[in-house]
Amino acid sequence: MSIAEVFLPLQQRARARWQALVDSPLPRILAGESTCGRAAGGTSVIETIREELKRLGIEAQIIGVGCIGLCYAEPMVDIIKPGRPRISYGFMDPEKVRGVLEDYLVRDNPRPDLALGSFDGGVEGIPRFWDLPMLKPQVRIVLKNCGHIDPTDIDHYLANDGYQGLVRALQMKPEEVVAEVKKSGLRGRGGAGFPTFQKWEFCRANPPPRYLVCNFDEGDPGAFMNRSLVEGDPHALLEGLLIGGYTIGCARGFIYARAEYPLALERLGLALKQAREYGLLGENILGSGFSFDIEIREGAGAFVCGEETALMASIEGKRGMPRPRPPFPAVKGLWGRPTNINNVETYATLPHILRNGGEWYAQFGSEKSKGTKTFCLVGKVVRTGLVEVPLGTKLREVVYSVGGGLMEGKEFKAAQTGGPSGGCLPASTLDLPIDYESLAAAGSIMGSGGLIVMDDDTCPVDMTRYFLAFTQRESCGKCVPCRVGTRQMLGMLEAVTRGESVDLDYLEKMARNIHLTSLCGLGQTAPNPVLTTLRYFRSEYEAHIREKRCPALVCKALTSYYILPEKCRACLICMRDCPVQAITGGKNQIHVIDQAKCTKCGTCLEVCPLRFGAVTRLSGVPVPTPPPPEKLVLHRAK
Amino acid sequence: MGTVRRILASFPRERSLLITIMERAQEELGYLPPEAMEDIARHLRMSNSEVFGVATFYNFFRFIPSAKHEIKVCLGTACHVRQGDQVYDAVARELGVEAGQVTPDMKFGLERVACFGSCALAPVMVVDKTVYGRVTPSKARDILKLVDK
Repeated sequence: MSIAEVFLPLQQRARARWQALVDSPLPRILAGESTCGRAAGGTSVIETIREELKRLGIEAQIIGVGCIGLCYAEPMVDIIKPGRPRISYGFMDPEKVRGVLEDYLVRDNPRPDLALGSFDGGVEGIPRFWDLPMLKPQVRIVLKNCGHIDPTDIDHYLANDGYQGLVRALQMKPEEVVAEVKKSGLRGRGGAGFPTFQKWEFCRANPPPRYLVCNFDEGDPGAFMNRSLVEGDPHALLEGLLIGGYTIGCARGFIYARAEYPLALERLGLALKQAREYGLLGENILGSGFSFDIEIREGAGAFVCGEETALMASIEGKRGMPRPRPPFPAVKGLWGRPTNINNVETYATLPHILRNGGEWYAQFGSEKSKGTKTFCLVGKVVRTGLVEVPLGTKLREVVYSVGGGLMEGKEFKAAQTGGPSGGCLPASTLDLPIDYESLAAAGSIMGSGGLIVMDDDTCPVDMTRYFLAFTQRESCGKCVPCRVGTRQMLGMLEAVTRGESVDLDYLEKMARNIHLTSLCGLGQTAPNPVLTTLRYFRSEYEAHIREKRCPALVCKALTSYYILPEKCRACLICMRDCPVQAITGGKNQIHVIDQAKCTKCGTCLEVCPLRFGAVTRLSGVPVPTPPPPEKLVLHRAK
Repeated sequence: MGTVRRILASFPRERSLLITIMERAQEELGYLPPEAMEDIARHLRMSNSEVFGVATFYNFFRFIPSAKHEIKVCLGTACHVRQGDQVYDAVARELGVEAGQVTPDMKFGLERVACFGSCALAPVMVVDKTVYGRVTPSKARDILKLVDK
């Protein structure tokens, strides 16, 4: 039997099951079952749905799906009534979801006031889901299945063209698969952007046994693209690994995953089990003669293990410390054997390339950066979430069209790409196309996809200090430039946040040297935040040093809290909440902060009722002396 | 140390499984006591110092018993931008411990973590398994008061 003949019954059975689900006379309810949805209160919403359906006496199918990426609107619930378009509801809580269920399922009122969008349109008062401003600029290839299929059911994946890419690859010669990947223009999605086909060719050129490794050590704080992808569509990753394993000629593959992602690990484990049961993994896959199996290895929380040589040391059960390259993993990797390492997103893109062809994939993206890239859009934007846009999309479009601009209508100050290894991009770069080359020219990196937006309330010096504190803590200590250098840079940045005198030219020179001389990617990129903020926000560093002023009012040592006597209504709230009893006053006594006692924790500012707005922050100016006691009495209008 | 022996029995003597074995041991014991690491070293025919060296390299492993309630404050980038450090300070002050420590009555342990991947809800704090989003210093203190009531 040919490969296609072995595969067909699997696919037919899956499609029949899927069709039965679609044709079912029962309403379907899709609920977000990913870590973020649960965190946002999704679990209690699902419980409410079950109770409410029971109370209304309605039978329905509840399907847990992955994250569709509209994190800001979580918890989300989608309802499909038989023969009607799927409607998506956002910002659910137990009370709202009860209303939606009763109104839509019983009274046939789709509640346009609570709906975000309907998938095929045609419901009065509800916009088309894909026309929503957050979704319109997106092209969803890798995230195609996330939020649509049940990630715990392999048939859902199979029914939606799953494993077809593998079937096509198995019918080709390995060299032909390499050529197809070359045509697609796919480059490493872990951030460095090395052409995938080339990496594969290097590894293939070396004698077996060869190993295949997937880097799922997503340690970059502020990024969760890979987690969402694996939680929402684990089989896409497996299929990509199978294609890679076949092409490079490996018998064993490893997924190195973060232990901090229990749900993703659970889903992966289940997917592996199902794939084995279906004969898609293991001996003689689909009768092709190709045998391959995958093991999961859990990381144990070390950022440096995202670096490929450190990652391999960790898989071998050792301290995750990098080693010099060459030899590259393609020559000498796991246990000294040729090894190919790619990121989750790179592997998960492959099924689409094999299924639809390299040329199809290359139509998306820009000249040198083909295809799409997922980003975690977080920070001070209105619509945070997981997005996928064609490479070459302008930063402005991602921040303003997809992200809806900044919260509270504030000004865009900067965006950080690539996490602690990346750089800070100022407003002048908003029209920069997001691709590997443009980001590098601006001093940043693509990175794996973290995109953190900052407004005027973010201090670039504090942000840089934050990133350096992270890289310094995560430095493995093997090479001197990184071990000592990150500590030195951190010390100088801390001095700036305290307004102490620091030679900025010296800091810059040191950052360049650390970049040039560190052993691995962690040390080489750790200076990026320093270099980019010095390049784009030098005046703010100078304000700290020369004027003892933090323009964003963030750096604690240079900021004081002060209660405006003319605005204080002596309401006692801040006084009661101050954790160090630094506020004096009383009923009808205007409150005053004792600057000597104040720890600048920000509680008073947070609790002061908005309508008074009496607590302010000052920087670079002396704190006014409080009025004399007789003036502190508040005379209330009768 | 019956637990560790039982775990070890289910693993081959393969050195590359060291991290996996320690993860399982910690899962059951809550932390890695010296005796557990010694047992693992003997099983894998490694020296105690090698095992200890690997265990201390990774942030995931802990060497003191865990408290009744684990409080984790996220200090990932998105949480930092939205004043997560103020939440951390408030919790640390309230409990009187720093990250990595437990209160003398073993009731609360405090950890700082770099990103839960719930960035859209920043700043985030986690009490045992419950995630609290959009936390402020005063909200954090209120949450603590409700724990163990």
